[in-house]
Amino acid sequence: MGSMFRSEEVALVQLFLPTAAAYTCVSRLGELGLVEFRDLNASVSAFQRRFVVDVRRCEELEKTFTFLQEEVRRAGLVLPPPKGRLPAPPPRDLLRIQEETERLAQELRDVRGNQQALRAQLHQLQLHAAVLRQGHEPQLAAAHTDGASERTPLLQAPGGPHQDLRVNFVAGAVEPHKAPALERLLWRACRGFLIASFRELEQPLEHPVTIGQKIRKITDCFHCHVFPFLQQEEARLGALQQLQQQSQELQEVLGETERFLSQVLGRVLQLLPPGQVQVHKMKAVYLALNQCSVSTTHKCLIAEAWCSVRDLPALQEALRDSSMEEGVSAVAHRIPCRDMPPTLIRTNRFTASFQGIVDAYGVGRYQEVNPAPYTIITFPFLFAVMFGDVGHGLLMFLFALAMVLAENRPAVKAAQNEIWQTFFRGRYLLLLMGLFSIYTGFIYNECFSRATSIFPSGWSVAAMANQSGWSDAFLAQHTMLTLDPNVTGVFLGPYPFGIDPIWSLAANHLSFLNSFKMKMSVILGVVHMAFGVVLGVFNHVHFGQRHRLLLETLPELTFLLGLFGYLVFLVIYKWLCVWAARAASAPSILIHFINMFLFSHSPSNRLLYPRQEVVQATLVVLALAMVPILLLGTPLHLLHRHRRRLRRRPADRQEENKAGLLDLPDASVNGWSSDEEKAGGLDDEEEAELVPSEVLMHQAIHTIEFCLGCVSNTASYLRLWALSLAHAQLSEVLWAMVMRIGLGLGREVGVAAVVLVPIFAAFAVMTVAILLVMEGLSAFLHALRLHWVEFQNKFYSGTGYKLSPFTFAATDD
Amino acid sequence: MTAHSFALPVIIFTTFWGLVGIAGPWFVPKGPNRGVIITMLVATAVCCYLFWLIAILAQLNPLFGPQLKNETIWYVRFLWE
Repeated sequence: MGSMFRSEEVALVQLFLPTAAAYTCVSRLGELGLVEFRDLNASVSAFQRRFVVDVRRCEELEKTFTFLQEEVRRAGLVLPPPKGRLPAPPPRDLLRIQEETERLAQELRDVRGNQQALRAQLHQLQLHAAVLRQGHEPQLAAAHTDGASERTPLLQAPGGPHQDLRVNFVAGAVEPHKAPALERLLWRACRGFLIASFRELEQPLEHPVTIGQKIRKITDCFHCHVFPFLQQEEARLGALQQLQQQSQELQEVLGETERFLSQVLGRVLQLLPPGQVQVHKMKAVYLALNQCSVSTTHKCLIAEAWCSVRDLPALQEALRDSSMEEGVSAVAHRIPCRDMPPTLIRTNRFTASFQGIVDAYGVGRYQEVNPAPYTIITFPFLFAVMFGDVGHGLLMFLFALAMVLAENRPAVKAAQNEIWQTFFRGRYLLLLMGLFSIYTGFIYNECFSRATSIFPSGWSVAAMANQSGWSDAFLAQHTMLTLDPNVTGVFLGPYPFGIDPIWSLAANHLSFLNSFKMKMSVILGVVHMAFGVVLGVFNHVHFGQRHRLLLETLPELTFLLGLFGYLVFLVIYKWLCVWAARAASAPSILIHFINMFLFSHSPSNRLLYPRQEVVQATLVVLALAMVPILLLGTPLHLLHRHRRRLRRRPADRQEENKAGLLDLPDASVNGWSSDEEKAGGLDDEEEAELVPSEVLMHQAIHTIEFCLGCVSNTASYLRLWALSLAHAQLSEVLWAMVMRIGLGLGREVGVAAVVLVPIFAAFAVMTVAILLVMEGLSAFLHALRLHWVEFQNKFYSGTGYKLSPFTFAATDD
Repeated sequence: MTAHSFALPVIIFTTFWGLVGIAGPWFVPKGPNRGVIITMLVATAVCCYLFWLIAILAQLNPLFGPQLKNETIWYVRFLWE
């Protein structure tokens, strides 16, 4: 069997890495992704580990990288993805990368700073120029300032009739919303001797000389920009020209600065993507090296890692190659371990989704039977039992097929939408689900809720009508008439493939279908659960616990099959051997089953076969007898064996063992070591620690869970009936309420054709939204629950952990 | 309408799913996925055969017949038979 049957063998290896070659070796292992390092310095804090300085340097570099990335983003550029293979650089390269990065960052900071300063200066000049220009036309209300639209110039108007007074001018700019406040304050402070003119206001006011200082202080308070405003017009003109010249020069300098900035950004774009990948890998390597312990005497690092046994040769080769360059040799050898190794199951893109849904419940323990290969078929099958419809199944299959055929296209792989990604990752799952749904749809005889007559029906209406004298008058009087299978020629034989199409025309369609589907659910459930119990046999044999075969599997199977297997037998027996001739007095399986447990008898319910009561009583007694075997068998056996071992061992060794165990609480774990021994070699020490009460408790829980579970889980499988009924009814309602009305409208072909377009659109949208998406998700969920709970609790514990190898693969994506 | 035998479908489908589930595994080419493919074939055969079998057994000896509207009876009687 492929490696999906159970986990691959995983071994603990000890790596000896000479200090000179340690970095290269770990870097190579990261590229290959073969091993999972164990943290040997778990008790040491992160700040006390050996390579903490290097890790810190990498982190600082990463911070600089983030800053550079932010700058790039602010400039509106996009970082190109890194190209080619980029292995982790040797430690001496780190310095070079660090220097370059620091230099670039510094340059970028300087250039940005310059740019800001120049821009501020330019802004000031432009503001000044605008104010001066305003001064030329003080009375013009509609003058616009260019470039300083958020500021209103505040100027003094030279009063014509007051030329003989000495007038000082203070000109500046203030934000518009502060202007009224400023004016008010100035007016109050200067006691009215002030001409304050804004663009809008034009109130000439008086203004003497002495209060210039006050005005300056107030304007400072208001954060106005104050500019010198020369009295003479020619001087003003001169100042304006100078300003214009200055601002032009400044703009040229600004242009140069921005060109330099884009150059720097270009260098950043080249350096950043590979640099990020390399530093990330380097940091990962140092973090891995931090997990190794140091052997100071041998000048090398010792690492412990989990590695699949199949990959051991590749591991040794990789170590040999990478350490050869340094002239030293790194070795790896296998060491025995007491802890439970991680689970490794190799999957390809088809099996990955099925393994994924099993792992979502719990990753299997090391080397226990993996339910995934069976789930590949049983999950889509149980889904299809709940979803069965040819049309819907075909739609689902085609959708999945489209995704599968397009799976290698880069556009599809790069899509970011999470919901699409979820569907895409499950494309093989959907493919199988659709395929099985088509099959069950044919068996249920439903295609968009319509039945198809592939073969002619096995029921003859004509025979019934002729034999019962159903004339036209008779038919007109009676709206509903039933075909009686007792009448000769009415029932001509079972439909060869699926449900007879006559049932879709019948009013008592559901009576028949419910009975069929409930019985089908119970049969499928008992078979599925029995299969689960049988899978447990492989676990018991592999872990060397053959006593459990006799003391657990056999009682479990007897209990399950004795009670619910017998129910299945009753169902099939009634199908085969109870004829329509005595249909009125047909035995009720339900009442027989109830009476079986109550040891009672219903006189009106005739027996299915002679001596039925004796058989039933025997089965119940047998099943009940299995319960104490299940409860006490394994604990008593384990205790007996434990006592035998203790007796065989000399007393003093027993003392030693007990003392040794006190120091290592881990060695005496009940969960892993005492119940399930690894085949072929475990110390006796581990078994010595056997607590009777714990074993009994564990077994009691298991027994109760199994026995009560049998009943509740069998009933749980009735959801197969419930959901398929819901799907069929929804489908039927949609057809009746939408399409049938559309098809029935209008007798002329033209009217019907036009009306059908929107009606079909509504039908299609609702089919996809309600029946495919909603019902599909619902059936998916319930099929998943049936697997996770009813099937897997018969044999699967799911308390392991996955092998997550040390790899850079995530960064390369 | 038409007489259907029981034995013929049973023989046909048992043979078909028997070929898929029992003979099929012998023809799976050797490769890393051989085990998984064999499991899939056997599981498919068992599930599909069982499902079909349940459907035909349930209809083998019906205890009651379909209850039809009078229009349906008229239509089926005169237009189909």
